[in-house]
Amino acid sequence: MARYQLNINGRDLEVDVEAQMPLLWVLRDELGLIGTKFGCGIAQCGACTVHVAGKPIRACVTPASALVGQPIRTIEGLADGTELHPLQQAWIDVDVAQCGYCQSGQIMSAAALLAEKPSPTDEDIDAAMVDNYCRCGTYNRIRKAIHLASENTPSQFFDASQGGGDFHVKQRSEGQS
Amino acid sequence: MNDHDFMSESDRDIDLVRAVELELNALAETTDQAEPFLIKKLHRRAFLKLSGVAGSSLVLASVLSGYGTAAKAEDLGSLVGSIELNAFIKVSSEGKIVIYSSNPEMGQGIKTALPMIIAEEMGANWEDVEVLQSDVDESRFGRHSAGGSTTIPRTFDQMRTMGASAREMFIGAASISMELPRDELHAQNSTVSHLFSSKSLTFGELAALAVKQPLPDPKNLIFKDKADYTIIGTSVTGVDNLEIVSGLALFGIDVRVPEMRYGAYQKCPAFGGKVISANLEEVKKLPGITDVFILEGNDNVRELSSGVALVGTSTWAVFNAKKQLRINWDESSASKDSWTQMVSRAKRLHSQPGETLIAETGDVQSSYSNPDHQTIEAFYEYPFVAHLCMEPMNCTAHYKAGHDGTPDNLELWIPTQAPTRAYPVAKSLFGLDQAQVKIHQMRLGGSFGRRVYSEYICEVIAMSKQVGAPVKLTWSREDDLQHDFYRVGGFQSVKGSIDQTGKIVAFEDHFMGMTYKGGRISGSGFRATEFPMLNLKNTRATQTMFDIQTPCGPWRAPGANTTAFVIQSFIHELAVKAGRDHLEVLLELMGEPRWFDQGNVRSLNTGRAADVISLAAKKANWGRSLPKGHGLGLAFHFSHAAHVAEVAEVSVDASKKLKVNRVTVAVDVGPIINMSGATAQVEGAVIDGLSTMLGQKITMEQGRIQQSNFHDYQVLRLPNAPEVDIYFIQSDYSPTGLGEPALPPLAPAIGNAIYAATGERVRKMPLTDEGYTI
Ligand code: FES
Ligand code: FES
Repeated sequence: MARYQLNINGRDLEVDVEAQMPLLWVLRDELGLIGTKFGCGIAQCGACTVHVAGKPIRACVTPASALVGQPIRTIEGLADGTELHPLQQAWIDVDVAQCGYCQSGQIMSAAALLAEKPSPTDEDIDAAMVDNYCRCGTYNRIRKAIHLASENTPSQFFDASQGGGDFHVKQRSEGQS
Repeated sequence: MNDHDFMSESDRDIDLVRAVELELNALAETTDQAEPFLIKKLHRRAFLKLSGVAGSSLVLASVLSGYGTAAKAEDLGSLVGSIELNAFIKVSSEGKIVIYSSNPEMGQGIKTALPMIIAEEMGANWEDVEVLQSDVDESRFGRHSAGGSTTIPRTFDQMRTMGASAREMFIGAASISMELPRDELHAQNSTVSHLFSSKSLTFGELAALAVKQPLPDPKNLIFKDKADYTIIGTSVTGVDNLEIVSGLALFGIDVRVPEMRYGAYQKCPAFGGKVISANLEEVKKLPGITDVFILEGNDNVRELSSGVALVGTSTWAVFNAKKQLRINWDESSASKDSWTQMVSRAKRLHSQPGETLIAETGDVQSSYSNPDHQTIEAFYEYPFVAHLCMEPMNCTAHYKAGHDGTPDNLELWIPTQAPTRAYPVAKSLFGLDQAQVKIHQMRLGGSFGRRVYSEYICEVIAMSKQVGAPVKLTWSREDDLQHDFYRVGGFQSVKGSIDQTGKIVAFEDHFMGMTYKGGRISGSGFRATEFPMLNLKNTRATQTMFDIQTPCGPWRAPGANTTAFVIQSFIHELAVKAGRDHLEVLLELMGEPRWFDQGNVRSLNTGRAADVISLAAKKANWGRSLPKGHGLGLAFHFSHAAHVAEVAEVSVDASKKLKVNRVTVAVDVGPIINMSGATAQVEGAVIDGLSTMLGQKITMEQGRIQQSNFHDYQVLRLPNAPEVDIYFIQSDYSPTGLGEPALPPLAPAIGNAIYAATGERVRKMPLTDEGYTI
């Protein structure tokens, strides 16, 4: 066991864990951040996707000790306090989730895509989302929600969201209910 | 989940913020991070407490039987009703409405759909409604279960009854308050209004008086006219979506309780093997491990199989230590099942009739020997497949030993389709009466029939009892894939003939299925009423069963998910043989509109069938000419009381690379409750069906499952998802379930389309075994 300082969702936190413990289990079991999901443990399904320095990584195979000094963002830190991230709102508006279990990983992959390409094409979406499995088959709605979030949001929003979390754009679209 | 406070939709954002802030503060402030975030901190209940919405909340209980005699009470805790008491409606004096959902939510959308029905009949404004998952208590909530696409048909009238009775109580209260006759009052938008003046009172204003109104006799309730619906039939986003997109705790695997430890369980790779010995002491010394011990089990794969339990301080610690286990197994009575042997046995048997006659009409033989008839036969094969729920099996148990004469008690947090099945095993394995067991039902990260069994529950109860602390058991993906209750594999040998006019006149099926240790397996059997047995004059169905020891169970549309592939492909083979249009042949088989089982609205109706077939064909522009290498394929299947037809449009290149461009689906399940949820089920079924057909196959040799994780058991990926066009025929029959029936027609529609594109017939799943890629 050793102590490591991690920066998660803008906060510095100290954890006392084995050096090899993957970030996934540090988040879920040590910190109680259960939004990041376990699906396979071998980097095959994308359920555990989080951002490290804005890039999507698989938390199930990345030791937390290797991430010291790099900003980590999880699904719990995607909203800007008072505002959902446009993707979260789009996911609600399009009613993407079925069981919902894969969706935090899907949203994190999509958020990394929009940060890089605020107006992605279908091909961009294919490439960014290909490694996120959804057993329930919500893929068409995922695609639709990414386009919707993109259309509803000025592109600088996504740039501003890189790593920092100071979101200033309030964006709401009509809910389906 | 006994919190009685309320929160409206509009409070949600504020409370989300508070919860996030709370979480962040907790993160920042925590120095000792042993248990910084208990479940309550991230849970909706925490929001409710935070929101500070109080007020004199009142309860309206709606009772289905024993009306008028059942108690109604001031709060949930003292509500006692008949066992058919099925849901609760609570209304606060501020007009917040809580509707409890008592059935498990696994992605089928029931937690949204059932409350929509209640809210509709009640005259509630959906914006005022908060849906909460009920705990498990059949004496208060009625039956808790989900499966077989039965929840909607089973509860539609019950939910309407509850909503309507609440509405009548509000109207009764308004009639007293406003001194106006009941029949001049009308409930809508959470308000009772006078039809001939501007007088009105809100549900909130009426709540205190409404609860004192007599419970209406259900016989006198009049349900709303369909034309007046404002909620049923619309698209409503799922009631848990905010939590889902925010990463808040909902699922079984997210449960955290104070002092909780983490568990893993290793069973024998060959089903039925028992632990003789293991390097327990060595593994116990590994970091983060507190206990390692053998559980003997009761030799019942549905309950407790022999294995080695590990308990420790994190999931990672126990997963890691599990890999270091060296176990001596007694495999003398373990499974020796071999898929290769099953296949060769089936191939030996395929040209003869089966051992048991299931049904016979007319004379198939004379049809075959008629020189004017053309007869063909074919052998179809489909593998075992896994459920592969994205959330692996898990459960949390807290077994509390009694002391000083108090009895032991048990608290369980279970993601399950059948929560009450935990009671009998708590009794038989641990001697606990129902009163000693408290069950919380958690959202399921997928199920598809998997979580009707209780073995992961038994395992964790035994572990918690042994270590004297709450334990969360999580299965690794390998455990999940290798210890499933699989969709049973099998084989069908089919034969049929057409007469000189090209009409199908005989059909025969030799069904080769499986039994488990002599017992029936869900989905492995041929029904005497299976289409087209009742459509033809000469039919014969026989069956041969292979006995296996690999556990099998229901998997989305059991039976239908494989039989549809065989029969709907073979009917196309017959149509091709006759040189006729498949659509025309299918409609001809349906014939005059009639029920197969007169008076049974859950039986096949040939008129409804013909309507969905025609609609799917029309919407897919059936009959149009397509470029080389492209094809349209049609299939219909009736299951779970639903009539579904699908047309797939595919293209296949020279290297057998398949692209499914579009699937057009026509469905008749009666009226749709939640349009968004219904289309989601169809989209999901199409993609699930394609995923399974394309590349999923579980094989076993020496009783051991040969696949272990997503690298050798793949799921369809986003770029390969076809467009899905969905059309509902909202017939006036009562609504039926949609979780399963859109899946079966997919595989034959794809197979038939591949034939149309290439001339190559698909008689075996998965397609990757036949050289196809996507
Ligand atoms: S859990 Fe990390 S990719 Fe599957
Ligand atoms: S919504 Fe269930 S796995 Fe994606």
